[in-house]
Amino acid sequence: MKLEDLRKIREKAEKELKLREGKARVKIVVGMGTSGIAAGAREVLKAFIDEVEKRNLQDVIVTQSGEKGLSSHEPIAEVWEEGKPIVVYGNLTPDAARRIVAEHIVNGNPVTEYVIEVKEA
Amino acid sequence: MLAELSMHIMDIVQNSISAGAKLVRVRLEQNFSLDTLTIEIEDDGKGMTAEEIKKVQDPFYTTKSYKKVGLGIPLFKQIAEHCDGSFEIISTPGKGTLIKAKFKMSHIDLPPIGNMRDTIIALVVGKPEIDFLFEIYKDGVSFVLDTREIKKELQDVPINHPEVIRFLKEYIDENLKAMEVVS
Repeated sequence: MKLEDLRKIREKAEKELKLREGKARVKIVVGMGTSGIAAGAREVLKAFIDEVEKRNLQDVIVTQSGEKGLSSHEPIAEVWEEGKPIVVYGNLTPDAARRIVAEHIVNGNPVTEYVIEVKEA
Repeated sequence: MLAELSMHIMDIVQNSISAGAKLVRVRLEQNFSLDTLTIEIEDDGKGMTAEEIKKVQDPFYTTKSYKKVGLGIPLFKQIAEHCDGSFEIISTPGKGTLIKAKFKMSHIDLPPIGNMRDTIIALVVGKPEIDFLFEIYKDGVSFVLDTREIKKELQDVPINHPEVIRFLKEYIDENLKAMEVVS
């Protein structure tokens, strides 16, 4: 594998991006402070990234931020969706992250057992 | 508290991100003839004064203005010093910060490097607006990943595009496995 292989990916992706104007529909933000990492935040972030990659979700962005507060519920992730309140998930595992992508992001049903807060955007 | 050195790297880089870095360089070097493992994290963020450098290394310093930095640096320093190594922070306000930790590789308490691939993916994909330069050396063999080069190839296509993520995972895996860095 070489970096030049990216050119083929670029050519293919550019065509698709033009069709849908490259806008993100959903943003998933994983809290990545020291205590979050100790609680498994990196593995949770990785599980979100893997799902986006496997399901080819081009309108979903997975990102990370520093301390998120609520450290007793870490790992934590927020789901930002246009025109909807922010859903804060806590006590996450890689399995929970995969479920959130399947049930919430793809099918629109938040995974209530991991929801710790819903706040206005 | 953090089980892997690759998690400490993930954690220390958060400080660079908070400091407004545009470019973060991470160097991981295993030198078997010297029995040393060196980790360097360098950024072009806002930097620190001599006083601030002292404070971020103090685990008991928790006033609000430094809360962002937290326990990550004192923990990392403690491991380096415990593992017959050394720890140093070199920083210039307005220019950036270099954190350099050295460990004795054969020390019985040295945590494993762990999953370096996941740390690289989490940072490169999770912080697409920042550039990363990863330099991994193992007894003369090296793997260098520079997101500036990747972004140049990609042009308008984002580095967190699913197809690009797939490429990066395989590309990093292939290179780290060849070096036997992935645990």
